[in-house]
Amino acid sequence: MRALHKIVLIALTLVLVMGAWGCKPAANPTVTIHVLTMDQAGLKPAEIDQIAREFEAKNPDIKVVMEYLGYDYIHDKITTGMAAKPPAYDAVMIDVIWPDEFIKAGYMLDVTDRITSDMKAGMFPASWNGVTRNGRIYGMPWLMDVKYFMYNKDMLQRAGIAAPPKTWEELIDQAKIIKQKGVVEFPIIWSWPQKEGVICDFTVLLYGNGGTFLDASGKPAFNNDKGVQVLTWTKQTLDDGLSNPSSVSSDENAVRDAFIAGKAAFAVNWLFQFSDSNDASKSQIVGQAAFAPMPVFAAGAAAGIQGSSVDGSSSFAIMATSPYPDQTWKFLTYLASNDVQMRYSAEMLPVWQDDFKGEALAKLEGATPTNAITVPAFLAQFPYANERPTVSYYNEASAALQLAIQEALTGVKSPKQALDDAAAKWVTLAQ
Amino acid sequence: MIPYRRILRKLGLFLLTLPVLAFIFFPILWLFTASLSTQVELFAIPPHWLPQHPTFQNYLDIFFPSQAASTVPRTFAIALLNSIKIASAVTLICILIGSLAAYALVRIPFRFNRAIQIGILGSRMIPEVSLILPLFIVASTLQLINKPIVLIIAYMSFALPYAIWMMAAFFQTVPVELEDAARIDGCNRLGILRWIVMPVAVPGLISTAMFTFLLAWDEFFYALIFTSTLAAKTAPVAIAEFIGRYAVNITGMMAGGVLAALPPVILGLIFQRYVVSGMTAGAVKG
Amino acid sequence: MAASTSPLRKRHLSLRQQDARIAWMLVLPSLVVILGVTLWPILYTFALSFYHAPTGINQVRTFVGFGNYLTVIRDRTFWETIGRTMYFTVVSVGLELMLGLGIAQLIHSKPWGWRFLRLSLIIPWAVPTIVNGAMWRWIYSADFGALNGLLMQLGLIKHYVPWLSLPNAAMNLIILADVWHMMPFVALILQSALATLPEELEEAAAVDGANALQRFWSIRLPMLRPAILIALIVRTVDAFRVFDIAYIITNGGPAFRTVTITYLTYFNAFAYGKQGIGAALSFLISVFSITMAVIFIRFLYRPEETQ
Repeated sequence: MRALHKIVLIALTLVLVMGAWGCKPAANPTVTIHVLTMDQAGLKPAEIDQIAREFEAKNPDIKVVMEYLGYDYIHDKITTGMAAKPPAYDAVMIDVIWPDEFIKAGYMLDVTDRITSDMKAGMFPASWNGVTRNGRIYGMPWLMDVKYFMYNKDMLQRAGIAAPPKTWEELIDQAKIIKQKGVVEFPIIWSWPQKEGVICDFTVLLYGNGGTFLDASGKPAFNNDKGVQVLTWTKQTLDDGLSNPSSVSSDENAVRDAFIAGKAAFAVNWLFQFSDSNDASKSQIVGQAAFAPMPVFAAGAAAGIQGSSVDGSSSFAIMATSPYPDQTWKFLTYLASNDVQMRYSAEMLPVWQDDFKGEALAKLEGATPTNAITVPAFLAQFPYANERPTVSYYNEASAALQLAIQEALTGVKSPKQALDDAAAKWVTLAQ
Repeated sequence: MIPYRRILRKLGLFLLTLPVLAFIFFPILWLFTASLSTQVELFAIPPHWLPQHPTFQNYLDIFFPSQAASTVPRTFAIALLNSIKIASAVTLICILIGSLAAYALVRIPFRFNRAIQIGILGSRMIPEVSLILPLFIVASTLQLINKPIVLIIAYMSFALPYAIWMMAAFFQTVPVELEDAARIDGCNRLGILRWIVMPVAVPGLISTAMFTFLLAWDEFFYALIFTSTLAAKTAPVAIAEFIGRYAVNITGMMAGGVLAALPPVILGLIFQRYVVSGMTAGAVKG
Repeated sequence: MAASTSPLRKRHLSLRQQDARIAWMLVLPSLVVILGVTLWPILYTFALSFYHAPTGINQVRTFVGFGNYLTVIRDRTFWETIGRTMYFTVVSVGLELMLGLGIAQLIHSKPWGWRFLRLSLIIPWAVPTIVNGAMWRWIYSADFGALNGLLMQLGLIKHYVPWLSLPNAAMNLIILADVWHMMPFVALILQSALATLPEELEEAAAVDGANALQRFWSIRLPMLRPAILIALIVRTVDAFRVFDIAYIITNGGPAFRTVTITYLTYFNAFAYGKQGIGAALSFLISVFSITMAVIFIRFLYRPEETQ
């Protein structure tokens, strides 16, 4: 009987312990939705929190819990979060490169029937491309972003350069002058770490040389002459001391840090870098940053390429297994609403194309001090935004290409060898 | 040995300890001073080895989240709390049921005793990564993801065998004669366990409890995969999330790191007598 | 109740059976937990490794037999990763052993402040792995790190070096971080073993004219052998499965150079969504780990028998 005592005691303790941690709170009349988004580019968490609070004030029966993560963690968190029932998140930010994989995995809810014709017509067609597959729509556009070419006006002036470069070759010449004159040690900084960021930079350069990722039949084409030229050129800038060696491990945040600390004359980055450069609490170069159209290679210009950038847009999608699709959709609609988008346009330009026309354009440009500069830059650059391949195995394919670029830049393999190996990997993935 | 030679030898040995102490302390002191710096000072070149304007702001950000500028400090305290809850629960359960098993395995000869011992030893050798997929799939089917209970259960996979093994080694050091004497006096097995063995083995139990706590506190891989929301996120996961964000909050990360390191370090220092015996016991049969 | 012919024998048997029953009750909760959380999953992993299992909702699993294993073994990345992981294991455990032995000896010779030294050793060991990683990541930082600052002030480098971007340096730096973290474990085990060694053997040898080095090599080291082998086994098995520190310091870069075998499994199972391959990889890892452990243990118990 003593033994029985013992067992009962233990069982009780176990139950107590587990009960304590597994306790569910009393049922709430309000619905709580969980939203995951990135803490990088676009709006800052404090601002998104503000929007969430406004939404809650207008919809007292819905509570919004926001979660923020660095961009690189989001993909895996979505995968693991979706394994939970109910899913860990009701809505997540979807980068432009994920829909193929996630739709195949059944994560994203088909929202075609929830889109009103106003939305369809009002938002940029390009923004819908990111979330439309086979005629069905799986998300709400949120942030349209491309990479811009930004330079430091003062530094160029000090080096005696009149205008920013139009071709990458010109960039090299200008960078050499800047370096020689001692204006800054490493004139250019890029985002080439072993992360998605390097593929973005590579896209800009590749298409600017007239190259493409895939050819007409869907086979890898980035390892042809044009691609190899691009990679070789990139390595050369490192070897010549024109590109900052830490580019190989700098993500876009680090690029911004270097640019606004006055350690680079040229930096390719998303829109947020510009507003940060004018933030007196962080930046040493307030008022010195300027936009220029993204350069292209001389060969690309000869082939008719007028501009090149990369589409880094993101949207919000409802998770297919979310128990609260209606409430979530309400919130996403609010996020994307014109009013909200206009108010925060300094950080993130609206996805509504009408804002960029006529009177609305003037209003938009006047909305914040920097809009007068960023809006024209956006209108000029966005038409040339290129997409990365829309394949369901993109995550792994990108990893292979990231590796190849890293290997070439660190001298482990020749550019041709590295790209060929990556292309071979893409072929096996496509099977 | 000639006296001055002896002094020389003593001096020489002492001088040898200095680089070792430097090796041990420089990184940790740097962590600590970084947590007391402002972001601006941390980015100074050349580095300010001691902050010129030390501040507790980073810690305040964590404990009084409403003032914090960035989001991670705000939620860090919750992650710390989760870690405490989970590590405590794991330790409690392991000590409770593990001590029983440990005693049975070393003192009671019964048919599958040897087999079970080998089985427990073997399970210690299985790496976490081999168990994570099934645990993940089951946890998701049972809707346990993002709840602390899933981590508590998953941690059993390495904490329980470890705890059993350590306690087994400690129980072995309890003199058999004590048990025999009690047996003659009419005590049965359970009585012996409760009244004779446990009290004597208390240092061993403390040692085991401490090690188990440290083991659970330290764990990252399972926590990374099984928890992503605040409901169950642990301190190591929270620290990893400092990286890659909009404005990498290094000082916040350092402060978080110090806080996440405090419980295990303090426990280790307080119970330092038990640390070494625990290490040897845990390793001896392993 | 009624007295039987041989009451003593009957009670002896019954006691044994009683013992066994109690033993089972004591062991059962732990056994259930371990079977549930270890045995069953490892079998499931083994079974899963024979399927093509993409992550996702309502995804179909197709049986592919040994297909996953073949894919893994044919992939060059797999072997490179094994090589890297072995490099990490051998170098870090080797360094930990040497440093640990040296420091254990140092403490054993009881210089001034040896107690403080022994106490301090606990600190690096107790710091959680992720905090350790974050700390070293910051120390190695290309733009603002303490390592660069120190080397620059000592005049050893002219520019700040992006250490974590150098493919060959990155792994070694991770090893350094791990050695700092784990060396105290080895040092403390060896030091407590040293403290229990009988001194008479060495004193006798000293009287016979053996110098310090000879005494160390022929007497002390062999007596330390069990402790060294124990530390070796534990550290080797743990070092082989390293993940946390590579994840936090370099995220596997640069150019995949710090991706360890566990990290590779993570990539496949979660980042690429290929659970079948992930299962195959993780099963291979456990087979490898257990084999290594068994080999070591055989090695550990043989010399003891010969003594």
